[in-house]
Amino acid sequence: MADTAQLESVLRAAERTRSAELLLDLSSVGETDIGPAWLIRCALERLAARGVDVRTEGASREHSAYLDGIAGEQLGQLPAPERSSPQRWLIDFGRSIEARVLSWVEALTFGGQLITTAATAWSSLRRWRVPSVVRHVYETGVQAIPVVAVIALLISVISAYIGAQQLRPFGAEIFTVDLVAIGVLRELGVLLTAIMVAGRTGSAYAAELGVMKLNDEVDALESMGVNPYEVLVLPRVVALIIALPLLTVIADAMGLAGGALLTSYLIDLPWPQFVTRLDSAIGETTFWAGLVKAPVFGLLIALTGTLRGLQVRESSRELGRLTTVAVVQSIFLVIFADAIFAIFFLEIDF
Amino acid sequence: MDQVQPVIRVRDVVNRFGTQLVHDGVSFDVHAGEIFGIVGGSGSGKSVLLKTMLGLHRPNSGTVEVEGRDITSMGERELREIKRRYGVTFQHGALFTSLSVAENVILPIAEAVELSERTLNELVELRLRMVGLPLEAAPKFPAQLSGGMVKRAALARALALDPPLLFLDEPTAGLDPIAATAFDDLVIYLRETLELTVVMVTHDLDTLARTCDRVGVLVDRKLVVDTLEGIVKSEHPWIREYFHGARGRSMNDPAEGRDGT
Repeated sequence: MADTAQLESVLRAAERTRSAELLLDLSSVGETDIGPAWLIRCALERLAARGVDVRTEGASREHSAYLDGIAGEQLGQLPAPERSSPQRWLIDFGRSIEARVLSWVEALTFGGQLITTAATAWSSLRRWRVPSVVRHVYETGVQAIPVVAVIALLISVISAYIGAQQLRPFGAEIFTVDLVAIGVLRELGVLLTAIMVAGRTGSAYAAELGVMKLNDEVDALESMGVNPYEVLVLPRVVALIIALPLLTVIADAMGLAGGALLTSYLIDLPWPQFVTRLDSAIGETTFWAGLVKAPVFGLLIALTGTLRGLQVRESSRELGRLTTVAVVQSIFLVIFADAIFAIFFLEIDF
Repeated sequence: MDQVQPVIRVRDVVNRFGTQLVHDGVSFDVHAGEIFGIVGGSGSGKSVLLKTMLGLHRPNSGTVEVEGRDITSMGERELREIKRRYGVTFQHGALFTSLSVAENVILPIAEAVELSERTLNELVELRLRMVGLPLEAAPKFPAQLSGGMVKRAALARALALDPPLLFLDEPTAGLDPIAATAFDDLVIYLRETLELTVVMVTHDLDTLARTCDRVGVLVDRKLVVDTLEGIVKSEHPWIREYFHGARGRSMNDPAEGRDGT
């Protein structure tokens, strides 16, 4: 097989000749594998079609009967590769729009299915799959605590550091506490937690469900009369709606701890004074303004992850693509929702 | 006694997973140009044995020689060289789902040599014709194919490099009898025309009877090797059950299998 490249160049040179007669000396080819034998045969056929009189010498003929046999079978033609043309472009454009529309329809169906499932599941606790929800809360919440805590601590350290530096010329260093407290509680704590969870759990949901789809496991569930939305989607969604607020509380606590640490180090503010300052800096609603967003973010991440997972069909490449889409879209949706919350809170003065 | 060097020589292979002993001193030879069948109950370690022969799994002890070279003590690079010498089809096809049939066949060729697109297309046509796949299937993706077509496409890919040695894992499982017979014919034909050596794991007694020159049965963590006639006469209870159960009898004589005597 390794000398096939050599054979190819020889045959190509032979095909380039303009003479009407050709003598092909194949004695050096010796005992050929079937692949090279076929290539020789194809080249000879093309030459013969052009009216070149080819004689071969020394070619081993052992495969020729076999090759004649398989060449004679009516198996159709290799389809020609699709060439790019304006028409082609238009077709691709149309297909991409079709795919987009279908994806929206799928998302709507998914939402509808989930709502009806949730509505019918109200009736009994068993259908809320408590053990499954608990497992997912553990996997998406408890196991994410270390990374969320460290991220929250670091981000509050960063904002305290920059804040203290900027406020010092005005002699307003004490407002670093306000900056960190309000920033972490209202925005940073919940947003960074949501982004971490989107990367961690959104991808896990999409990949898990995607592989189940590829293995026909979802069909298997359905064939048993089990509603896959009830078993696979609902517990995951509920779990994340529970887990994300809890993680946010931890992130808030770590953020404030980081702020206290940094202010005591940067502006020599003792802890008791930090607490006093904190008390006057934040209003009653500050903490809740952050926390109330967490379940919504959790819902968005879980929905995107499970929907994209269930859209996987056919190939492993789809799985990879849709997992990526799940993460990117859930982060986008989280930030988008956060912006809407910001405007809304401003309007209602929350 | 045997002067000709066997293509594969397995000696005293022991495979252990945790406390579970799967193979305890498996030894056998596969000779050039023969079709060697491996049978055994579910969980008897057929797939592990196949993986050991392929160099995908290192045995706890024992040696596997392919064309006289021990692959159990071989470095990565040498092993890769050996692996080019054989084609494998896996139980479920193991076609790359993100590649079309044509791309699946091209992949091993393009990894080995650099060829023009036209030549590659010609080779794809050859392999598809060899396994009797309609050429229209070339741009299709594995998910769009039927089970039988997947098996054929997998064989086309396994044959891509003209390997002298072919490993087939349950090649006819899940095929209808007509497709399975065609597959058997194909394997026999390839063996005759290309002088391939074939090792196949199969539960299909018809395939076993039609194609295999010798059969190895995995029982009691060892491999019992004989011709099919010899194996069928064996006194071992499991082997008797395997070949003389209802299915085994129906293979030899359909009428006898039906009335269950």
